[in-house]
Amino acid sequence: MATTTVPSSPSAKTNRIGLEVAQYKGNKSTLCAGCGHNAISERIIEACFELGIEPHRVAKLSGIGCSSKSPAYFLNTAYGVNAVHGRMPSVATGALLANHHLIAMGVSGDGDTASIGIGQFVHLMRRNLPIIYIIEDNGCYGLTKGQFSATADIGSKLKTGVVNDLPPIDTCALAIELGATYVARSFSGDKKQLLALVKGALSHHGTSMLDVISPCVTFNDHEGSTKSYSYVKDHDEPIADVSFVPFFEDISVEYDPGTTTDITLHDGSHMLLRKLSTDYDPTNKGEALRSLSDSHDKGEIVTGLFYVDTQRPNFIDLLNVMEEPLATLPEAKVRPPKEVLDQVMQSLM
Amino acid sequence: MATTHVEPKEAELPVGQARSVNDLSIQVATVNGSGSQTANLVLLRAIFQMGIPVSGKNLFPSNIAGLPTWFTIRASKHGYIARRRDSEYMVAMNPETAEEDVLSLKPGASCVYDDRLNLKRLRDDVIFYPVPFDKLVGPVCPDARLRKLVRNMIYDGVLAKLLGIEMEEIHTALQKQFRKKAKAAELNWNAARAGYEFADKNLVKSDPYYVERMNATQGKILIEGNAAAALGSMFAGVTVVTWYPITPSSSLCETLIEYMKRYRVDKETGKATFAIVQAEDELAALGMALGAGWAGARSMTSTAGPGVSLMAEFVGFGYYVEIPTVIFDIQRVGPSTGLPTRTAQGDILSTALLSHGDTQHPMLLPCSMIECFTMSIDAFDLAEELQTPVFVMCDLDLGMNTWMSDPFPYPEIPMSRGKVLSAEQVRQMGGFERYKDVDGDGVGYRTLPGTAERLAGWFARGSGHNEKAIYSERPDVYVNNVDRLARKFETARQKVPGPIIKDSARAEVGIIAYGTTHWAVEESLDQLRREHDIDAGYCRLRAFPFNQEVHDFIRRHQRVYVVDQNRDAQMLCLLRLESDAEEISKLRSVRHYDGLPVDARSLTDDIVSQEGLN
Repeated sequence: MATTTVPSSPSAKTNRIGLEVAQYKGNKSTLCAGCGHNAISERIIEACFELGIEPHRVAKLSGIGCSSKSPAYFLNTAYGVNAVHGRMPSVATGALLANHHLIAMGVSGDGDTASIGIGQFVHLMRRNLPIIYIIEDNGCYGLTKGQFSATADIGSKLKTGVVNDLPPIDTCALAIELGATYVARSFSGDKKQLLALVKGALSHHGTSMLDVISPCVTFNDHEGSTKSYSYVKDHDEPIADVSFVPFFEDISVEYDPGTTTDITLHDGSHMLLRKLSTDYDPTNKGEALRSLSDSHDKGEIVTGLFYVDTQRPNFIDLLNVMEEPLATLPEAKVRPPKEVLDQVMQSLM
Repeated sequence: MATTHVEPKEAELPVGQARSVNDLSIQVATVNGSGSQTANLVLLRAIFQMGIPVSGKNLFPSNIAGLPTWFTIRASKHGYIARRRDSEYMVAMNPETAEEDVLSLKPGASCVYDDRLNLKRLRDDVIFYPVPFDKLVGPVCPDARLRKLVRNMIYDGVLAKLLGIEMEEIHTALQKQFRKKAKAAELNWNAARAGYEFADKNLVKSDPYYVERMNATQGKILIEGNAAAALGSMFAGVTVVTWYPITPSSSLCETLIEYMKRYRVDKETGKATFAIVQAEDELAALGMALGAGWAGARSMTSTAGPGVSLMAEFVGFGYYVEIPTVIFDIQRVGPSTGLPTRTAQGDILSTALLSHGDTQHPMLLPCSMIECFTMSIDAFDLAEELQTPVFVMCDLDLGMNTWMSDPFPYPEIPMSRGKVLSAEQVRQMGGFERYKDVDGDGVGYRTLPGTAERLAGWFARGSGHNEKAIYSERPDVYVNNVDRLARKFETARQKVPGPIIKDSARAEVGIIAYGTTHWAVEESLDQLRREHDIDAGYCRLRAFPFNQEVHDFIRRHQRVYVVDQNRDAQMLCLLRLESDAEEISKLRSVRHYDGLPVDARSLTDDIVSQEGLN
């Protein structure tokens, strides 16, 4: 089963809107060599290229930390905000209120999300804002030299030997519980799965929450860390083999009713989940939460698309705003005429 | 007058006591949550409808029901609408505070009271009007559960009779207050009439205070500052409103929601031309407003001191990234568990310099309902012209009390959206540099996310960027950046509303004030002239940063009293920061900070004392 689809473009080098992959690249990364975050940036670049996303429609948003630097390393011609620590969700919300045609691509870290930013994260998930929210999850604070974050596993060790004795927050379980409508976990080293999940997220109509385990090569890739490359590779348990078919491609070749679940996303794209050992139904909230809980008990890191709901209206739908972006509505639409002021004044006399 | 407990049947004024018309304060002491607000607003409105200048101050507790609350209504033929320290009339309805309320009255004052409270025994120099509220409310309100809410309306009728307020105007005011709730209006009207009839039959007017119809309110409106600011925001074309409830600012966004639903839904599509979101806290409220401002919307939030504190980090972010948004601060006494329902100009200094690093923010300082409206519009224009968060500094007195005002002027000039480049412009220019000071005013050109041009994209981040918005930590680049921001603040200085200055002939004593203090200063200026022959000049600040006119005013005078409604003389501190030694040597401080709106007498006494005249 193919996971990376070949775009139906005039030449192999350009995508369906005529752009080359180079036009989706960003500045040179200043993160450590081998950092998992760089691999995630690469998948974002590939996903946007392959789907023919218009870069000017993308709003890259981040908080503070190593993860939050990474939006500078993809989609150079898009628009971006490197906001304040843990508060990217609110900035993203505001940007989408102003212009709901933007494709909001939020990149956060585990500290930025699960510690300082847990309040805004919770409310973002609850609102089902149409945003792709990627947690580049390394279980530690890289930019301040390796302190534990709230996603660090119990018993995991810092380089200095300090042991974490608090349980981790499972951001996926939390997101499902709170109302996010596309929730997945992946591993920065799993190119195939991560690309399919990012592409699915780009086609989803509500909050897509992707927790991507991304080992910190400098502070958290040693023995005793549960977020090192070797640990994750050994303990990764995919719930299903994920494949993505964009709306502009024929899915018939991919579709094998006996072994796959087909989820049609808002824009007509399809997520195809090839079942592995269990009958996993990603539209069943209870099952998703159970499977996450079971994996914790077994000490496994389950990856894949846990939960998807393509029906729930997103936050922008609920606001019933004009089709045209609010940001650029002309004065005639936003300043009521003098008669309205006269009428109000009359009522106050 | 130092008399007398008056028996109801006596009717003559003591010798030498002249009739006093349209010049009195009525203090109503009730229990929070007892429906007294309605009775008080009806009274206020009835006096207003009789053409008499009037103001109302609600002094209420941080509580939904059960704690003491006072409402002061001042009627003044001279048009003075600041709070007064003393009242001529007291309505004592609250058993808990009644004794203290009566003891605080000046000799000769009148007191309408619930006869169960037996207040007569407390003073023999106050005129008492006992009213059997419980006895009167029964027949007019058969439903015992509603009696508590209707009972207060009885004192409206009693006062109408005693003071000469026309009952037709009480009736009209009631209709206005209850709008479509006909049954409630009728119940209340019956209560008011019962009060009137009781007073007519049983009380004999023994004080000299009257209200009489005049013609000083025609064409005027009654409104609260928060509603005025909401209207200003709507006519400013706000599109994204994000907020978190906090006293005393909540009614700003709540009123705005009502107006927007009514007047800002597109007729053709039935879709909203706005988005209003109640955020999870003030941090998120401002984060959303800034996100929206970055993406090109006219955005705002409203809050009070504790909210401003929480917003501090984001405000610095907005300052350095240069994102327009408008923040209304309805100031009050701090902190959250302080006196949140009492007024103060408490956030002036902290807001002017809010956040970390070198930051300064424009603040507009409305003093009236019209300025709440016009400065809201100014704030949105300024925010986009300057690409920075702009504060509108109201206070509880302005925001939550009912004020008389001339109707608001429709904005004459079109919305000013600032320096925004289109895709076509960027293409023609072959690119743009977001933070380059092209025009020498410190304000760069921006593009909005979504602008369909490859060269239009840019990445926003704090202060670590060069003119092209590219990451840089070079010392010279940083200095260049913050120096340009300082230049931008100089541009702000020229653009914000200048002070309103009334010079005096003598130019010896000057007064600088701002916001709601204005009304007490106006009255105090008259008192100083009349009682002490002090002819003071007056400079009313309307914005920070201050322009040259403010400095010239200080230089023209020998002694300049800066009036603050806070303990630490916050505006004086800001003036000191921006003034030279000669100016600073002239500045003196007058402060009022007990949580009540400042009154003229307090100002006059303080200035007279500092002038060494008593």
